[in-house]
Amino acid sequence: MTLARRIIPCLDVDGGRVVKGIEFAGLRDMGDPAELAARYNCEGADEIVVLDISASVEGRATFLETIRRVAAQLNIPLTAGGGIRTMANGRAVLRAGADKVTVNTAALERPQLISELSQQFGAQAVVLSLDVKRKGNSWQAFTHGGRQATGRDAAEWAAEAVSRGAGEILITSIDKDGTRSGFDCELTARIAAAVSVPVIASGGASTYDNFLDVFTAGCADAALAASIFHEETHSIAGLKIFLSERGVPIRMSR
Amino acid sequence: MKVFVVDYGAGNLPSVERALRSLGAETKRATEPRHVADAQAIILPGVGHFAALVAGLRERNLTDSLRAANKAGIPIFGICLGLQAMFASSEEAPGESGLGFFPQEIHTLPPNVKSPHIGWNQVRATRESSLLKGIPADSYFYFAHSYAAPATAESTVGACDHGFPFAAVIESGNLSAVQFHPEKSGETGLQVLRNFLESIE
Repeated sequence: MTLARRIIPCLDVDGGRVVKGIEFAGLRDMGDPAELAARYNCEGADEIVVLDISASVEGRATFLETIRRVAAQLNIPLTAGGGIRTMANGRAVLRAGADKVTVNTAALERPQLISELSQQFGAQAVVLSLDVKRKGNSWQAFTHGGRQATGRDAAEWAAEAVSRGAGEILITSIDKDGTRSGFDCELTARIAAAVSVPVIASGGASTYDNFLDVFTAGCADAALAASIFHEETHSIAGLKIFLSERGVPIRMSR
Repeated sequence: MKVFVVDYGAGNLPSVERALRSLGAETKRATEPRHVADAQAIILPGVGHFAALVAGLRERNLTDSLRAANKAGIPIFGICLGLQAMFASSEEAPGESGLGFFPQEIHTLPPNVKSPHIGWNQVRATRESSLLKGIPADSYFYFAHSYAAPATAESTVGACDHGFPFAAVIESGNLSAVQFHPEKSGETGLQVLRNFLESIE
């Protein structure tokens, strides 16, 4: 009996379309979220994450509809977030068909949001999204899509979020995101050691070996990636066979 | 086949309903006692807190009607927290009573493992099971929970391990339940729901 390590494709959505979210290069259209989700569901993804990265009010208005369309395609879990500020936002996302909601900036501004969501929906439904930048030998939590420093130590904030009822931590390395230079395994291992809940590594995925590293040295329970799957650099099935052959517990779908 | 899905005010019902409909079942929501009394089969889904579920049932007068439905032999299928609600009590909510179909207490996962237990884990059949019929041994299912029924519960037909061996699949007469989410467990999960629907036809 082994709990499998999870492979999670992420859909960054702006105005109802999946986009490639490289900060400086502008946004590139990567397709329809429901179509991509259906493909990943068939290819053996263990879960789907949908994040609203819309900059505009018009873009945000369509996000719940996107969740509904994506959820209708899936028989695996769905996590959704981006811009969740209130209990009402969280409830709407879960009602639209997500199993879990991620919180980030609003939770740092008002940590009580995590407690409220967890009491209402259970710890298994609340994911802390943690954007982290390295400063010398320390790692700091950032908000507003990685633009604003908070001065808080990432591991310390993760531990507080868990004590308030977060059931998972989604760790994004801002330094690594979009670079295709591998996950920040040191960061992931540090957060994993600081909390008692599963951790999901994000940012920097490129090669099969990057995933192997983050599941071994990085102590990650799950690994998330976007463009390498959207652009079909790697198939989920191929990645899973690679990891399974190297002794990582992986769910091979029928 | 018409199946009533108990709506106690929380829980992700649409995904359960969608999965059942994809298998050809007709679903209705049970929100009041007469729905439960007339049902051919009842699904009790649940996520969140044990206390919220039992309070939600009580406020809708569904606790006694579910107990009566069990006495009448109507098939009842619990999912996740719905499985836990079939037991007498839970460490999650001391002092609250569950439906009491099984006499044991639901236990918290121990501190030596990550909790919540979130992700895909393997289920081993411990007895012949109608819900696991046609499913390969040690298949993966999706779990998301912090409490569990010890596998020593006599109705256990499938077990999983996370801190202690716990009941992943329960079958006893008209009662059946799973700790994982069949509606989130891919094709393997759909097979469990299909087996349930076939068992009540």
